[in-house]
Amino acid sequence: MSDTKNYILGVFDDEDVLLKAVGQMRSAGVKIHEVYSPFPVHGLDEELGYKKSRLPIAAFMFGVLGTTLALVMQIWMLGIDWPMIIGGKNFVALPDFVPVTFELTVLLAAFGMVGTFLVSSDLKPWKKANLLDIRITDDRHIMAIDLAKNKAIDSGEITKALKSSGATEVNDKKVEA
Amino acid sequence: MSKEVFDFNAGLKKKLAITFVVGLVLLLIGAVMPGGEHADEEHEGDHAEESHSFNEPQTDMEVLAVADAEASEEGHGGGWFKRFKIDFWINNVYFTGIAIIGLFFFAIQYAAQAGWSAYIVRIPLAMAHWILPAGVLMLVSYFLFSHDIFHWTHSDLYEVGGEHYDKLIAGKASFFYFPLEGGSFPVFFVVRMVLFFGLWYWMFVKLKGLSLKEDELGGNTFWVQMRKWSAVFLGIFAVSSSVSAWDWIMSIDTHWFSTMFGWYVFASWFVTGLAVITLITVLLKEAGYLQQVTSNHLHDLGKFVFAFSIFWTYIWFSQFLLIYYANIPEESVYFVERLLSDHYSPYFFINLFLNFFFPFLVLMTRDAKRLNVFLKIACIVVIGGHWIDFYLMVTPGTLGESGAFGFTEIGMYLMFGAAFLFVMLKALSSFALVPKNHPMLQEAKHHHI
Repeated sequence: MSDTKNYILGVFDDEDVLLKAVGQMRSAGVKIHEVYSPFPVHGLDEELGYKKSRLPIAAFMFGVLGTTLALVMQIWMLGIDWPMIIGGKNFVALPDFVPVTFELTVLLAAFGMVGTFLVSSDLKPWKKANLLDIRITDDRHIMAIDLAKNKAIDSGEITKALKSSGATEVNDKKVEA
Repeated sequence: MSKEVFDFNAGLKKKLAITFVVGLVLLLIGAVMPGGEHADEEHEGDHAEESHSFNEPQTDMEVLAVADAEASEEGHGGGWFKRFKIDFWINNVYFTGIAIIGLFFFAIQYAAQAGWSAYIVRIPLAMAHWILPAGVLMLVSYFLFSHDIFHWTHSDLYEVGGEHYDKLIAGKASFFYFPLEGGSFPVFFVVRMVLFFGLWYWMFVKLKGLSLKEDELGGNTFWVQMRKWSAVFLGIFAVSSSVSAWDWIMSIDTHWFSTMFGWYVFASWFVTGLAVITLITVLLKEAGYLQQVTSNHLHDLGKFVFAFSIFWTYIWFSQFLLIYYANIPEESVYFVERLLSDHYSPYFFINLFLNFFFPFLVLMTRDAKRLNVFLKIACIVVIGGHWIDFYLMVTPGTLGESGAFGFTEIGMYLMFGAAFLFVMLKALSSFALVPKNHPMLQEAKHHHI
């Protein structure tokens, strides 16, 4: 089956070793599929050469949407659809609208950001976790290397490089996609 | 390896001296400009005239007339010299704030056992050297200028049955004059001023001494002791910052009161102080000092400026919204004086723009907080913007509609700024830029966000 993916998994028990290993593997020309770790490792993003997340852009857009919706809602309700005198103020009194506008901006930015994150990383309650190695939920870091993306380099070389860069063990893993 | 001690060289001193002289020249130009005299003539007449410059219905006018009588009691005469006194007070309170925030920031870092800031704590410590000159200036200027700044210092307000008797102010007399009679010598007020500056200076000497001793002897004992004294100082500061805000600024509008005011002034001080710390850190780094400071440290400082700009706005708006919404005349007069005035209403909105919208939008992204150029722009705007904030707190209650913004204000600001920087940089050159034996240096080195 063409959907089978072949991975080489380097298992690391120390995040400092892992960080160095990521740099070594990348400078050797190996394309790393992903690194899994039980806790956030500072500096891993940079070592892996990840592009900057675009999540803040989504958050900003949702925030602007919240601001706009809040203002439109309040101006329409209190200024146009059902004008009401409240505290002797104008129908459209902007200072009155600030708290609601602020809250809706924050609410939409936060919900929008979480939603965007869930969608973009394909997370959902019925999602089956496809763990390459169960120990990443405990105390091991796994560096996964997709063989299909590293055809130029012999898999034996990769294994050797992983070992020499400090992996405690190196495993092969087939995943049926 | 970067230079370890700041070199306060002759070129820099000359620049500061030139700034000071330029400030002085501007101040003098302000004195001979027609604007200064103009204010004098305009306000020689009836006090009521002043109130009518507000475009408000007559009902509000009566309220205003009462509250405004306070501002215009002595007439707004005095022209330029009165403006000089008021500017002096604004700048003194503003720079006192920057100095005391230096010590406050320093103390927070130790009380919270912060590691990331170990490289930069000497900068706020140097800022705190201004506490002593500020205290002297504050005390001297109070005795010289108080009648023009504080309406409550006029003794005829407290004479029962007298022409100027003011029941409300007489009721507050003991806050200023305790244990003496209202209208005599403001013992309680002056004692508070001396006590606060005394406590601040004492804590500053204590913390500075411990920090310098740590440089010499090393070990963790000094750090542990600084933690203890920092916590003590934070307790003192919590009370004293709030009360000094009432004393030095809120009491200008003697009839008026706001329960947010202590926080409001603190927020303004804090964000200004943070912007000064950040700006100086960036400038030092560009000048070849503090090469250990990475964009990770700057990011944290940028976050501080960003967050506390929003905090200031939150406090500012909380004070504004409640007063605006309840619309109780004795409270709303404060904003009537500022919003319905031809002179102050532009500054009211400039204040909001410079101190909220600008830093909010400029420092929002992660990259902006990590790049020198954005930090510099945002910090300069915030530092200047909060001067306008203090200008708006003090001037309407003292100069009323004769308040102005011109060479006098800019000149005074430059003079104070140059003097402050001189004291601060001189202090900064007297010790190592980075604490030599700070136990958190390793943590600061590996700071990563």
